[in-house]
Amino acid sequence: MVIEILLTILLIVVVFSVIMLHVAYATYFERKVIGHMQVRMGPMRVGPHGLLQPIADGIKLFFKEDVFPETADKPTFYAAPIICLVAALTSIAVIPFWEGMAISDINIGLLFILAMSSLAGWGVVLAGWASNSKYAFLGGLRASAQIISYEIAMGLSIVGVMMMAGSLNMSEIVKAQAQSPFGIYAIPQVLGFFVFLVAMLAETNRTPFDMPECESELVAGYCTEYAGFRFALFFLGEYVGMIVMASVGTICFLGGWTGPFEVPFFPIIWFMLKVYFLIFFFYWVRATLPRYRYDQIMALGWKVLIPLALGNVILTGIMKTFVWH
Amino acid sequence: MTTNPATTIRHSLEPIGDESFILNLGPQHPGTHGVLRIIVKMDGEYVLDADPVLGYGHRMQEKIAENMTYSQMLPYMARMDYLAALSYNQAWVCAVEKLCEYEVPDRAEYIRIITVELNRISSHLLWYGAFLLDLGAFTPFLQAFADREKILDLLESVTGSRLTYCYYRFGGVFQDITDSFLCNVMDYIKYLRERLPSYHDLVSGNVIFQHRTSGIGAITCSDAAEYGVTGPILRGTGISYDVRRNEPYSIYQRFHFEVPTGETGGCQARYTVRMQEIEQSLNIIEQAVTTIPDGPIKSKVPKIIKAPEGEVAMAVETPRGELVVYIVSRGGKTPYRVKFRVPSFSNLSIFQKLARGKLLQDVLGILGSLDLVIPEIDR
Repeated sequence: MVIEILLTILLIVVVFSVIMLHVAYATYFERKVIGHMQVRMGPMRVGPHGLLQPIADGIKLFFKEDVFPETADKPTFYAAPIICLVAALTSIAVIPFWEGMAISDINIGLLFILAMSSLAGWGVVLAGWASNSKYAFLGGLRASAQIISYEIAMGLSIVGVMMMAGSLNMSEIVKAQAQSPFGIYAIPQVLGFFVFLVAMLAETNRTPFDMPECESELVAGYCTEYAGFRFALFFLGEYVGMIVMASVGTICFLGGWTGPFEVPFFPIIWFMLKVYFLIFFFYWVRATLPRYRYDQIMALGWKVLIPLALGNVILTGIMKTFVWH
Repeated sequence: MTTNPATTIRHSLEPIGDESFILNLGPQHPGTHGVLRIIVKMDGEYVLDADPVLGYGHRMQEKIAENMTYSQMLPYMARMDYLAALSYNQAWVCAVEKLCEYEVPDRAEYIRIITVELNRISSHLLWYGAFLLDLGAFTPFLQAFADREKILDLLESVTGSRLTYCYYRFGGVFQDITDSFLCNVMDYIKYLRERLPSYHDLVSGNVIFQHRTSGIGAITCSDAAEYGVTGPILRGTGISYDVRRNEPYSIYQRFHFEVPTGETGGCQARYTVRMQEIEQSLNIIEQAVTTIPDGPIKSKVPKIIKAPEGEVAMAVETPRGELVVYIVSRGGKTPYRVKFRVPSFSNLSIFQKLARGKLLQDVLGILGSLDLVIPEIDR
């Protein structure tokens, strides 16, 4: 028993460090990808080709002065970034990186991740409220409306997957997917996949849905008043959120850890490639599109994505009952 | 005009109380592109009123001009609109030349046209980038800057500076251009013509861009006349007025170019007008480079100018619109009174009207589409 607990803790520590390293280098990856899309080099100064840039950034943010506004609601102000990061990191626990490799392979994994990503939105709202600044407040309000709307679209978009796999357990979904005719659900669930991709961008507050931050209007939105390491916590939360969303996309639509052939000694390779493909998609969209307007985002969510996702659920039901049974 | 949701909401809430609040935008805000401050009264996300506050960069340029000789004032002109310094150079030298009746040799006029139109393109490219940045797209900004950089290099090779040029002289230009410069300009024209379609691919056809700009901040022709807006914003409303065409100065009547106009007067019309103006400027430069004559670049002008008594008004078309320089001289080395009628100031004047009842994001988009240069407004 004790050994089991110790092993689990060890596993958590290992996964945590690996994820944090990936988050650090996801920022580097983003800056390089976007840099090259924008006829520039990206970070080049720290280390060869700027490879040590994320570490330098981390050190810099860690040693910055911890500034907070005098009129801020302090307990909430301190709690908000922690809520964001913890909610994002907790979701990692139920993600199977390869067969049998998940910290906790619970039955309701998918539901758990949806719940946790809602909680992360709560942190953003609290940050906007606690800062006692109008820019932060507007950012927080936008975040609450946006996250609630897109949570629904996202939830509905993976209902089709749940119906096809007959399970909410992440590993079961991958296994069911491997036995399906196409090997991945992205093809039969193409509508759901599309809605998921859009909702995924909105859920993680990325361009073109970066309403809560939108630097040209709200300065920095909900994190306007945050400095130093508290700002870094938000930042980490956002990137962990991106990795989680990319993982959910990989597991639900792209076949999880399965690949065209088995790779010995390194079973995570397919999973990682697919996750990084989706993360590249995040960056690609960011480098291409302007930002939507707040009311247009709401209209897109409620009038396009939710009906599409509902239609997909009905379609999947019909297909499952009459065609695929 | 659609009904204003902000006011309808307010009417229904009136018995409960006024829930509007004041948002102070600037003078240091990423959306205002300089030291412009806007006091915005908001109801939720809707802007009830937007009141621009000017003067943070006031340098008394007009008063300074009264204490300077005519040539000493020349470098100050570039500081007013740092993005179109050559247009301001041109306005000043043309005004003084008109006042003192100096001749300008043909070659100098051609050189002025080539350089000032290059400057216009660089200003429009910067606007393109900054406007898209206001709408949340970062890539067009950097791509436009990379292309603009090439113009700065070209102009640097003839004027010696990169932004605040002081290249024109009374009766000519400071120094002659070389054949290799003309070759480079022709290469650049070819290069930019190949690049412009990619601008349209990236932005003009983008659905989000169209949703964010079409019909937003529309100005009617009568409003445009009432508020005295000029330049691409005026032309966006469908009024074909360009000083280069309507009151030709320098040698613009020798070139064929069109004055692009829009129809709706909204942000998208302004965008289209400016993008077409880049192409028209390329046409003008191409004609000028192929027909430029040999000859002197400067006529005989005394070193210290003593202008005759009298007054003169000179209008030129800067990238932002009509700039009028008005000089009153009572003889002597310095002007008695100088007045600048700057385009950004009159273009800003309509902003308050456009902003009322819009969403905050649209308001900042409209502000970006006006292409304001704050030192020009504050002077």
